Amino acid sequence: MSFGPFLLLALMEGLVSAAVLALMASGLSLVFGVMRVVNVAHGAFFMTGAVLAWFVAGHVPGPPVWGWLAALVVVPPMVGLMAAAVDTLVLKRLEYEPEAVIVATIGLLYILEQAALIGFGPDARPVAAPFSLRLQLPWFGYSGYKLFVVAAAGLVLLALWLVMTRTRFGLVMRATQVDRTTARAFGINVDRVYAGTFGLGAALAAVAAVLVVPTTQVHYLMGGDPLLLSFITVIIGGLGSLRGTLVAALIIGLSDGVISMFWAPTLSKIIATLLVALVLVFRPQGLFGAKA
Amino acid sequence: MKAWLFHLVALAGLAVLAAVLPAYHANNLARVLVLAVYATGYNLAFGYTGMLSLGHALFFGAGMFGAALPVTLWGWGGVPVLALGMLAGGVVAGAVGLLALRTKGVSFMIVTLMFAQAGYLTLIWFNAVTGGDQGLVLPGAARRVLGIDLTQDAPRLWLALGIYAVALLLAVALVRSRFGRIMLAMRENEERSRMLGYNPYAVKLKVLVVSGLYAGLAGAAYGLFFGYAGAGFATVQYSILPMLYSLLGGAGTALGPLIGAAAMFWLIDFVSSLTNAYLMLVGVALIVLVLFAPRGILGFVRERWLPWLP
Repeated sequence: MSFGPFLLLALMEGLVSAAVLALMASGLSLVFGVMRVVNVAHGAFFMTGAVLAWFVAGHVPGPPVWGWLAALVVVPPMVGLMAAAVDTLVLKRLEYEPEAVIVATIGLLYILEQAALIGFGPDARPVAAPFSLRLQLPWFGYSGYKLFVVAAAGLVLLALWLVMTRTRFGLVMRATQVDRTTARAFGINVDRVYAGTFGLGAALAAVAAVLVVPTTQVHYLMGGDPLLLSFITVIIGGLGSLRGTLVAALIIGLSDGVISMFWAPTLSKIIATLLVALVLVFRPQGLFGAKA
Repeated sequence: MKAWLFHLVALAGLAVLAAVLPAYHANNLARVLVLAVYATGYNLAFGYTGMLSLGHALFFGAGMFGAALPVTLWGWGGVPVLALGMLAGGVVAGAVGLLALRTKGVSFMIVTLMFAQAGYLTLIWFNAVTGGDQGLVLPGAARRVLGIDLTQDAPRLWLALGIYAVALLLAVALVRSRFGRIMLAMRENEERSRMLGYNPYAVKLKVLVVSGLYAGLAGAAYGLFFGYAGAGFATVQYSILPMLYSLLGGAGTALGPLIGAAAMFWLIDFVSSLTNAYLMLVGVALIVLVLFAPRGILGFVRERWLPWLP
């Protein structure tokens, strides 16, 4: 294969990871934007979504597409509800004190990972893809499912954008983000908004998980790398800015695809983490954020 | 005076324990003491000065490899490598602090985490030298300090106790000093202390370097005492552990990190004989502590009975 097609393949792989990353990171960004807390357990929600998807898909008879569809319908609400419960039982009692929330979500991360280790085991397991269409390009064949992942992630993000800008729930969420005290004074149930936001953020991670498991494997430690990458995305894009997060996800996903294809993935991770640290130090509003 | 007496009695109690514990637990105590040196340093930054860092594993790892690499590359050993490890921890902490301390709160936590992650990945990247995930086994010949053979259980325990004793007493002296008061002021209200003419950046940088020296010494000692240095010790888990030890024992108490380290170590030791998912305990402990006992064991004791405890 010559350089051109190679680059095309790298870009396509990068686009797939960008799509998944955008879903994950928008969940993290949403939670940070509205609640001003960092959810360290976000990767663990992703992993929980994947494990549950494996579980659900394995219990639905018939062709793999039914199991996968069932997972897509059932798993995100399950993970969302679990996260909302965590918000009510733990985070609310901490009064969303940022550093206490970090410690608590680190604890949650360990609990979810170890619960998966007990219930699911230490092995990596596959989930069957819902369909096995293969797109034949002149130079190489490409999985049609991966392109479907990109389209599906785009649809979910579009839906998220519509919810945020066109619905009452989105309005209430944005109002709480701007000023929680005033929102409360206007009769908004801020506790419920927070629980809903935290649940929605986790559900987005779970959607990303259900979409991605047919292309990778389910493992109880699979949440670590996506968590780090979403951190990076959210910070480069500007903490709490959804649009910046999308742009950053695209850049990071594509460059990760290209760099990992042509150079070593470890090196690309070193560069990315250092870049993030420096962005936070010198441009805390993110590369694309307008204001602090 | 009371405070000094309290800590000297505690150290005497440890010496008695070191003399009477059976071999298995004596060996564990040596590990706990080294980890307690690390956590005591972490607590200076976190408990006393209010810096929530998730990057201390980098300083611990810098100490460990700062000691281990001279051993494997040039055949050094003994006190010079311990000192070199300690210095490496301090220097790395200073370098990270120069940049990271321009941020605070959650951003500081993420910046330190990212630097530590980059450091860990760098250790993996240079796996030809560092051994990567496999790590380095240190030869017995290098594991002698001041004529003490660290491959033997008893001498190792006594040296660990000695290092911890010095680390603890220095920490007590530091937090009881004038500078210690300024550290507390940074934790309680940074803006107000700035208004009073203190420079938060400079104060926090100094504390972070001291904390890094502690972490570096602990990392070097851990490598030398137990004969192994691995990149696994630079993962984020080793930043979370000293935080957990401090929270459990009492953030902002001098003896707290040791109590937290001991309690957690023996709890995990017990639970891991029942299940391989023993880290679940770490998660539960973190949430329970932050929800119901944010002051930790010694913090509770101080609040109830011993208000003079540093």
